[in-house]
Amino acid sequence: MSTLKGDPALTARALAPITSRRRNRLTGSGTTPWLFLIIPLAFLIVLTYIPVGNMFWYSLTSWDGLDPEKEFVGFGNFVQIFTQPEIFQVFFVSLYYLAGAVAQLVLALYFATLLSFKTRFRNLFKGVIFFPYLINGVAIGLVFLYFFRPGGTLDALLAAVGIHDPGQWLGDPSLVNISLAGTSVWRYMGLNFVLFLGAIQSVPAEQYEAADLDGANSWHKFRFIILPSIRRILGLSFILAIAGALSAFEMPYIMTGGANGSETFVIQTVNTAFKFSKVGLASAMAVVLLIIVLVITAVQRRVFPDERGDES
Amino acid sequence: MTIRPSLGVAATAAIAALLLSGCAGGAANDDGEPAGTITVLTNRTDLVDTTFKDYAAEFTKKYPGTEVKFEALTDYEGDAKIRLNSRDYGDVLLIPSSNVTKDKYADYFEPMGSTEELSEKYRFTNEGSFDGTAYGVSTFGSAMGYVFNKDVWTKAGITTPPATEEEYLDALEKIKATGSIPYYTNYKDGWPLATIEGNLGTVQGDTVRTQMIEDDAPWTEGNDQYNIDGLLFDTVAAGLSEPDPTTTNWEESKNLLASGEVSSMILGSWAVSQMQDAAEAAGESRDVIGFWPMPWKTDTGFTSVTASDKFLAISKYSKNKATAKAWVDWFTNESGYAASQGAISPVVSDPAPDTLKDFQELGVNYIELAADPVGKEAVINDIANEAEIDLFGNIYRQKLIDVARGAADGDKESVFADLNDRWAAARATVDAK
Repeated sequence: MSTLKGDPALTARALAPITSRRRNRLTGSGTTPWLFLIIPLAFLIVLTYIPVGNMFWYSLTSWDGLDPEKEFVGFGNFVQIFTQPEIFQVFFVSLYYLAGAVAQLVLALYFATLLSFKTRFRNLFKGVIFFPYLINGVAIGLVFLYFFRPGGTLDALLAAVGIHDPGQWLGDPSLVNISLAGTSVWRYMGLNFVLFLGAIQSVPAEQYEAADLDGANSWHKFRFIILPSIRRILGLSFILAIAGALSAFEMPYIMTGGANGSETFVIQTVNTAFKFSKVGLASAMAVVLLIIVLVITAVQRRVFPDERGDES
Repeated sequence: MTIRPSLGVAATAAIAALLLSGCAGGAANDDGEPAGTITVLTNRTDLVDTTFKDYAAEFTKKYPGTEVKFEALTDYEGDAKIRLNSRDYGDVLLIPSSNVTKDKYADYFEPMGSTEELSEKYRFTNEGSFDGTAYGVSTFGSAMGYVFNKDVWTKAGITTPPATEEEYLDALEKIKATGSIPYYTNYKDGWPLATIEGNLGTVQGDTVRTQMIEDDAPWTEGNDQYNIDGLLFDTVAAGLSEPDPTTTNWEESKNLLASGEVSSMILGSWAVSQMQDAAEAAGESRDVIGFWPMPWKTDTGFTSVTASDKFLAISKYSKNKATAKAWVDWFTNESGYAASQGAISPVVSDPAPDTLKDFQELGVNYIELAADPVGKEAVINDIANEAEIDLFGNIYRQKLIDVARGAADGDKESVFADLNDRWAAARATVDAK
């Protein structure tokens, strides 16, 4: 041990591989990150980009999903989409989900702000609000089917407070979309809530203290400290909410299957592809939805840019 | 009891001789004595560990040295379709008919003989055949009609089956007066609603599919399609179905029928034993469930369309075809599977099941749909898909119910006119292809 410690030649030899390794790393810096990325990139390309590429190709054919021959029809499918009003009519249903999404964001923000301050049973409420997001969508669908059925939980609850015969929550075509959008709000609000709460809690406590000294009330703190601090996450949630409203699928598909005027654009696309074997037309509908979401995102980012002077 | 097995052996020998004539011998056991292990694919996840185990034991007793293994697939149609792309899909399997068109049968399945010869012994041979050769033998069949709660119908004073749509609707009105929901649509689950299409052929006869692909307006009075959907529309429009169709539940509907809260549903006779089970579980007698033919009586009496459930077939790539064939014969002729399901046996000489007792007393005529003309098997589906009318599904029927109950705009005339327009336009497109 002692000889090893004292001998400069040995020390140098021991260090040699380390320095050479360091040199290697410096010279190979261009390829190493890519080596690490190969697997995730391969998954991304194989499972996302190639299927999307295929979808663009199918959208130009009249493929039925099984036929080995895919007949090229050019933009025929797109012409059909834009000339058949009933295909676009279903976007009207998305308005319900859009209204629901706005309500969802407002509620999530309200609860996040409330629970980021000292409140009694704070952690319990956090759990209660986030919990629905953890439940499987099919389970929620079944629970809410019982909740909304005539004489079900909701009707029993209303009867207890003296409201009888409130109408059919899923059977009445003027109520069904409100009921379904409400279920979606209940399910997804927890996620927005947690995102907002995380962002609010990253605001340094000194800012509130300083605000207190300046005589700010709660509203002022919310308006001038919290809101600017969570601007980015708010913008992101907004884009996700709009995209989610346009492509609403899971809740209505499980609960009504799109019956009784609750058909959304994605349900219609799925039915077109798999019930009526028009994969080509359905792919074109999916492409149209993708373009609409991209356009809305672009507009939203132009109108509400999230880069501000205070950020880097 | 002593006669049955010997008859079975004779039948097996006869069928085997018939089947083996076309086979070339190889290394595999194509035409020897049944021996060794075979794998059988089945959709009955509920029976595979109980009833089917017993069947396998009985089969081994009859053919010592054989062993039958089962593989139960939950999503039978989907999984079997994928496995057909390999050569590994068991020795005996059920034809996944929703995914494999008849013209492909010869690529996957062993021929069982000519349709003509087989039809002397077995029912439903048309459905399992292509171009005069049979590839599948029916597991069991069922007849169309409606299940009803006898207690409620008797209480309402209806003891003979209504012969016309008018009488039928009158009967439902009388039942409504007793406080029971006369008819249950199964709107939410959809597939029981779709089974009413099985009545196709009741009035137009066994070539109805061929007639429909030649017809620009199937939803015209006097046609089966008009009768089927019209009856549904009128029932719902008169308020004779459940008040909120969007929250129906199939499993629950069995209990509702057993208890008399609901008193009828149009289904196949396969449903009768399930309803009887529900009645028994609810502490009622099994006799409370009745099954009557559709109210479209003609000069020749009531008619009921019969159709087969899945078809048993032998894999073309089986290494043990001799045993596979022996299993198919044994399962069809001797297992008693069809009888245990309360269904129509695939064997012509077998007696009618108890579930169809009323049908026998009424002298109901059974019809089987004729085979589609060669090359036209897919036309009816092509037209339906092009028109986006899911004839064998539930989407357009749900819309029809929505109109009938006043939840969507339109009336019976406008709905049927729209369906006819779309059908005619789709026919023109499909013909042009």
